Amino acid sequence: MRVRRLAAWTALPLVVTLGLAACGSGGDGGSSGGQDAAVSIQISEPQHLVPTNTTETSGSQVLAGLFSPLVDYDAQNKPYEVAAQSVTSSDNKVWTIKLKDGFTFHNGEKVTSDDYINAWNYGAYAPNGQGASYFFEKIAGYQDLQGEKPKAKTMSGLKKVDDLTFQVTLAEPYIDFKSMLGYTAFYPLPEAAFSAPGVLNDSYEQAPIGQGPFKMKGTWQHDSKLDVERYDAYPGEKPKVKDVEFRVYQQLTAAYSDLQSDNLDVLPTIPTENLSTAQSDLGENYQTSPMSSFQFLAFPTFEKDYSNPDVRKAISMAIDRDEITKSIFKGSQQSARSFVSPVLPGYRDNTTGAAGQFNPTEAKKLYQAAGGPSKITISYNGDGGHKDWVDATCNQLKANLGVDCVGSAEPKFADLLTKVEKKQPVGLFRMGWVMDYPSMEDYLGPLYSTNGSSNYYGYSNPEFDRLVKEGSAAPTQAEAIKKYQQAEDILAKDMPVIPLRFGENVYGHSSKVKNVQMDLFQRVNLLKIEAAS
Amino acid sequence: MAVQAGGTAANFRYARDVILRPFSAFPERLASMFRFILRRLLQMVLAFFGTTLIVYALMFAGQGDPIQALAGERPVTAAQRAYLTQKYHLDQTGVGGFFYRYLDYVKNLLQGDLGQSLTGRQIGDILQQAWPVTVRLALIALAVAIIFGVTAGVIAGIRRASIFDNSTLVLTLLVLGIPTIVLAPIAQYFLGVKWQLFPPTAGAQPSFYALLLPGIVLGSLSLATALRLTRTSVAENLRADYVRTARSKGLVKRRIVSVHVLRNSLIPVVTFLGVELGNLMSGAIITEGVFNIPGVGFNLFRGIRTEDGPLVVGIVSVLVVVYLVSNLVVDVLYAVLDPRIRYE
Repeated sequence: MRVRRLAAWTALPLVVTLGLAACGSGGDGGSSGGQDAAVSIQISEPQHLVPTNTTETSGSQVLAGLFSPLVDYDAQNKPYEVAAQSVTSSDNKVWTIKLKDGFTFHNGEKVTSDDYINAWNYGAYAPNGQGASYFFEKIAGYQDLQGEKPKAKTMSGLKKVDDLTFQVTLAEPYIDFKSMLGYTAFYPLPEAAFSAPGVLNDSYEQAPIGQGPFKMKGTWQHDSKLDVERYDAYPGEKPKVKDVEFRVYQQLTAAYSDLQSDNLDVLPTIPTENLSTAQSDLGENYQTSPMSSFQFLAFPTFEKDYSNPDVRKAISMAIDRDEITKSIFKGSQQSARSFVSPVLPGYRDNTTGAAGQFNPTEAKKLYQAAGGPSKITISYNGDGGHKDWVDATCNQLKANLGVDCVGSAEPKFADLLTKVEKKQPVGLFRMGWVMDYPSMEDYLGPLYSTNGSSNYYGYSNPEFDRLVKEGSAAPTQAEAIKKYQQAEDILAKDMPVIPLRFGENVYGHSSKVKNVQMDLFQRVNLLKIEAAS
Repeated sequence: MAVQAGGTAANFRYARDVILRPFSAFPERLASMFRFILRRLLQMVLAFFGTTLIVYALMFAGQGDPIQALAGERPVTAAQRAYLTQKYHLDQTGVGGFFYRYLDYVKNLLQGDLGQSLTGRQIGDILQQAWPVTVRLALIALAVAIIFGVTAGVIAGIRRASIFDNSTLVLTLLVLGIPTIVLAPIAQYFLGVKWQLFPPTAGAQPSFYALLLPGIVLGSLSLATALRLTRTSVAENLRADYVRTARSKGLVKRRIVSVHVLRNSLIPVVTFLGVELGNLMSGAIITEGVFNIPGVGFNLFRGIRTEDGPLVVGIVSVLVVVYLVSNLVVDVLYAVLDPRIRYE
């Protein structure tokens, strides 16, 4: 009797296990073979899928399938019209946007200029708390939508002309406005997205309705995947694959394991841990392409130790960039000797001049003459894989300048920024930048101008600010670039940061797909990718 | 049958709650069991609020700038900062702010509302999605531990000092020595990528087969412990007086082992495995990450990384309940297995 009871107790968990396990809804681990299998692309769980609230790569990748931008960028990274028929302005202040006829949302609604105006107003209205709202700050009337109790709900700068035409008036002339329109925040929203004027449906985000080449299949399966399929009524370039699955991974290394065994088709970023073996693991499916990321070391220019530009230049000269990109990044990043990314129109090599060239003897001489500090700290965020190169940089500084140097890790980037903002002594600190749209202004403005959103290092030069401003307001691209370049030359003299590396997309794909292209924003080009037959 | 206090290792853990008594009448026993469960449930309520308070306090104290953590390396706009600050009462700081936010949290909790994560998702929804897959993973791990651990433990205990015994000793030492963070990627690489015996990752709606490899990895540690525990217990019981009596009575060896020894030896193992179930559910952070299983550990890790206070507290609150319940079940089960144990 007792024995049987005991046996029952022991068997119970087993039965439950097998029963529960059998409930599994069937294999999902890998896409099965065959022609019609969906192409799977790795993403992280997006934070949001409302265009004006999407600022990270994963969300932007999904939206790039669901929406079609007003403009896209050609091989020279100049904008050309996609959903727009034309984007014109005579004075760079009042812009007229004409939409192409024939675009419809996935629910059948015709795309009109109202859909753009409503979406942008929603994005700019401060109480909506949209992450990309600052993209609208150049539009006239943006300020009226800010604060806790905004004066207005719509921007005065947006005016409907007819169903396919609207006018955008900027607060000040801005030459790169057309480039800017390629960013995620400028997608339209259908009427169905709003439950009342200016109020977004809570459920919209779970299955966003766009006007792009793909439409949602089902809803957003959080932490798992998003399925999209080709939208046949899309009037533009037709995608070559029918179904795409955006599969959510928390760790890139897990995705890499899946890629190696053909369970995943595209991995947009090869994890650092696997960089050294990726080329041999993946063979010709290992690829690289240009990208806009820019890694640099910033000086707390407000501190006495680093207020002398000569000290900053000497430190820059003591760093052997090529050695670090070769030994630590295995060639997956390029040495940087300019203040803007090489993908931009207007980029020039070696704008840092002598200060960017590795020259240990000159560096030491200059450093001692300028009275640089005897101990240097380099702070970084410990969760981003920065330890190796920071330590290597420190070792170079120790050897070449004869100073003491330590790398100091903060748990997260947010912790690092908090310390920097409180002006606590963190020493040099690492920063990175990825552009939002291809314009030199998108680097010079936020990073180096006095009120720049990412100028955490207190750099301020009125002459520089003036040149950037004149550049944005210039009547032609050529004149704008000239001003921007003059501004960059000032940076070379002041050296507020040390440019270190320009990034590249280092990605891999399975043998089931071909023609995998990545854009400058780390997104897979969904129109070009094909199934390998 | 001569009854003696058999597996002495059995009551090492819950000596406080259970004491041994020779006999007890059945109805009285049932009533005392209910009294025992009721008292434990009341204690659980206190323990639950105590632990959530502590977890909330820890998250509160360790919080830097959750809004920046959410945005990663991007600058945060003033509008968004103001919006999130107001929505999550992030401007309430200090001791007063802590109690304000904690009481607010508890108030919502009592209404069944776990709140929203910093990305605006309902934590209740997140948990609802995360739990089933974690429970399945944990049960597979537990099954692995029982099937292989207990069986091998019994064999090793019977054939003490044999080759089998010695080799399991070495193997379990090895498994206990290798942390999951090493074991999981190695297993994934060899069994999943190189030899392609298992799918390398499991995903959100995995088949039983896809969960098997992560289950084995997760269960290997419990397997090793269960094996060692069973072996010791069986070996000890084999030397007990009642076994000698049974043998001298002329019982066949198989019956002695399978009926008398096994039953007494499994008591400590069942206790261990019951508590281990709670551990397996919460301790799968690494395994779930490596095999891309969006379960509880996966979400807990993300919550900690992005300083998502509401999410972490929500998950931990539920984990606390799981622990308390599995402890209670073990205690009840323990007395069911051994009639000499009285509820007190």
